[in-house]
Amino acid sequence: MTETQDPAAGTARPSRRALIGWGGAGLALGAAATGGAMALATTGDGRSAPDAVDFHGPHQAGIATAVQDRLHFAAFDVRTDDRAAFVRLLKEWTAAARRMTAGEEVGDGAHGGLPEAPPDDTGEALGLRASRLTLTIGFGPSLFAKFGLADRRPAALVDLPHFPGDNLDAARTGGDLCVQACADDPQVAVHAIRNLARIGFGTVAVRWSQLGFGKTSSTTPDAQTPRNLMGFKDGTRNIAGTETGRLGKFVWVGDGDGPAWMTGGSYLVARRIRMNIETWDRASLQEQEDVFGRDKGEGAPVGKAREHDAPFLKAMKPDAHVRLAHPDSNHGITILRRGYSFTDGTDGLGRLDAGLFFLAYQRDVREGFVPLQRSLSARDALNEYIQHVGSAVFAVPPGVRDADDWWGRTLFAKEA
Amino acid sequence: MRAVRVSFVTAAATAAALTAVTGCTEKSAADGDGVIQVTAADSTCETSTTSVPAGQVTLKIANKGSRATEVEILFPDDRIVSEKENIGPGTKYTLTAEVKAGAYEIACRPGMKGLGVRQKLTVTGGGKAAARDPKLDKAVAAYREYAQEQADATIPAVETFAKAVDAGDLEAARNAYAPSRVGWERTEPIAESFGDIDPKTDTRADGLEKGQKWTGWHALEKALWQDKKIGAEQKTLAAQLVTDLKDWQRRVGRAEITPTSMANGAKELLDEVATGKVTGEEDRYSHTDLSDFRANVEGAQKAYELLKPVAAKNDAALTTELDKQFAALDALLDTHRSTDDAAQNGYTAYDKVTKEQRKELSDAVNALAEPLSKLAAAVVK
Repeated sequence: MTETQDPAAGTARPSRRALIGWGGAGLALGAAATGGAMALATTGDGRSAPDAVDFHGPHQAGIATAVQDRLHFAAFDVRTDDRAAFVRLLKEWTAAARRMTAGEEVGDGAHGGLPEAPPDDTGEALGLRASRLTLTIGFGPSLFAKFGLADRRPAALVDLPHFPGDNLDAARTGGDLCVQACADDPQVAVHAIRNLARIGFGTVAVRWSQLGFGKTSSTTPDAQTPRNLMGFKDGTRNIAGTETGRLGKFVWVGDGDGPAWMTGGSYLVARRIRMNIETWDRASLQEQEDVFGRDKGEGAPVGKAREHDAPFLKAMKPDAHVRLAHPDSNHGITILRRGYSFTDGTDGLGRLDAGLFFLAYQRDVREGFVPLQRSLSARDALNEYIQHVGSAVFAVPPGVRDADDWWGRTLFAKEA
Repeated sequence: MRAVRVSFVTAAATAAALTAVTGCTEKSAADGDGVIQVTAADSTCETSTTSVPAGQVTLKIANKGSRATEVEILFPDDRIVSEKENIGPGTKYTLTAEVKAGAYEIACRPGMKGLGVRQKLTVTGGGKAAARDPKLDKAVAAYREYAQEQADATIPAVETFAKAVDAGDLEAARNAYAPSRVGWERTEPIAESFGDIDPKTDTRADGLEKGQKWTGWHALEKALWQDKKIGAEQKTLAAQLVTDLKDWQRRVGRAEITPTSMANGAKELLDEVATGKVTGEEDRYSHTDLSDFRANVEGAQKAYELLKPVAAKNDAALTTELDKQFAALDALLDTHRSTDDAAQNGYTAYDKVTKEQRKELSDAVNALAEPLSKLAAAVVK
């Protein structure tokens, strides 16, 4: 299973060209934090297979896969009533995704074709490596109102309730489907979404999209735990890509959980969480550590010495984030987090428009994000410094098995 | 307006490129291979031969008519290989051109008007120009005719507009503004290919270069809608607009048009919509963007329909998709029809179109423009 292999891949360094391309931002945004070079064979075109993540497997890549450094996430709305046209798009997308994740160009490539025609591939990833690109598709609740799919909607794919403090922007919320592109090179991730969007014109249209520049959780516990924009280590107790048992229990949809087409899939909750960066930065160190329930330097739980020491929840303040979010406070509820920090410039009032683009995978949203967020939205001390401003939920179908398979086949194919 | 265009090149520029030598020297060429005697009169155009070998072709022109005439060598789609204008009555002229093998016509245009009196000319031998599907030549000729019709129809519309400005009638001027732009917007890539007309007629305030005087439609648009007044300056601007558009009308038939440039011109019209109209930037004072939007789409559709017989043969899936997306965009635009405001030429004012509706229009434009970008390749395949 490719998703769980080789934790060392998580330390792949973006290519020189990628760092240059990203410019000053790359330096500020922690490209340097991903230490440890990985020896990579280079081929003639500069892209090479060694840092490609296998597109095929029982589960989609991009969930248990060691978290890459960068994200481009896009939600789409369907723009056709023609089921056959939509299925055709899913097949075209699958073919393009298969090529891009292997480090290859889309279609007939970015150059060398007919001079009168625009090239199939947009070209900005030429010379870049595969960069562990993964592309993960999900289907939103609203899709099931179309194409006669109503009776195929899984019960676990609930419409998220309104949580206290939610201030959701409709333009950053929902979507009939989504594609999550993760890669160690931002340009590779952006190239992937751009080309899929282009292939989709006329059938689907981008509803909203989000760039993420720094991973805030890892699925590789041996690696350095990344920090969120509040400066704290995040995801210390996240599910590791190698923990087959916990993945099966908390992440992958099991046989008999719901409709068979979802077996091997997962459910994704995406939340755009804006941080009140400026007020947070004025909070005392004591308050900051109290809010999280960990110390800022090491990331150790209150009263403990090391980051990975088991937390003693009762030593934390009752409204500490870690205490409230911990499985022990939530009847064992565990989700796989895969979020990214984002900064979309400033907000017109001179404040950073920044925060966490939270991505969580789970076996059942009703037993994952919903009860957790009910608890957090009611009591978390962190709420003073954050606001949920975008939200979406998606059913993520199982993996594409082989070269003949395609995204969503289990949902759309008659025989499935 | 956009500053730089590559699809269309003016006739003057390409005539030079296509014909290595276009002489207008008076040196006498001995009669023989490549020499054609052309006798032009008020209603006839006689040529001494209908076939010459490829290479330097010389026309020895004599105007025996009572009016000045113009003689042209034309490609089958009416592109000009070489020409001489204003040959006075009773005078002679020798025109030479480097002509490749192929089928051509010689046209005498007494009075320098109309399609002229035509004679066939076959140029034989090596260096044959790439043979083109006659259907494409037909498409180009029909599109040229369309462009001319649009320009011809624009002149009375813009004169109505100018007359209202001249009379100081704010309301009548506003009502005549959008209709005066329709023919222009339908064929805008051709107008822009001339380089000098578009900056005078269709520049927006933000498009002005340092030291450039703001003239044309949008300067008047600002006066009519934002400043709400018509003064002596506006009257001058309106008269100048008529003059500049008559220049366009005179030149539009001479634009270098190829099947590829037609296809790309259609795509460019959608680009105009995507970057100028969907955003509401084009007609920011009058909010008549949807009238321009519709005209851009109509112009693109005209070019597409003319190329469709060939494109459908080469890529049927593409033309099926284009038919579908043109119809979808047409239907969506129809939902924005309104007669509430006489100045809007039958549409809703764009400042009344919501953000969600603009997104819907933008999606429909993308849905059409993406396959339209593949039309040129389908035509030349």
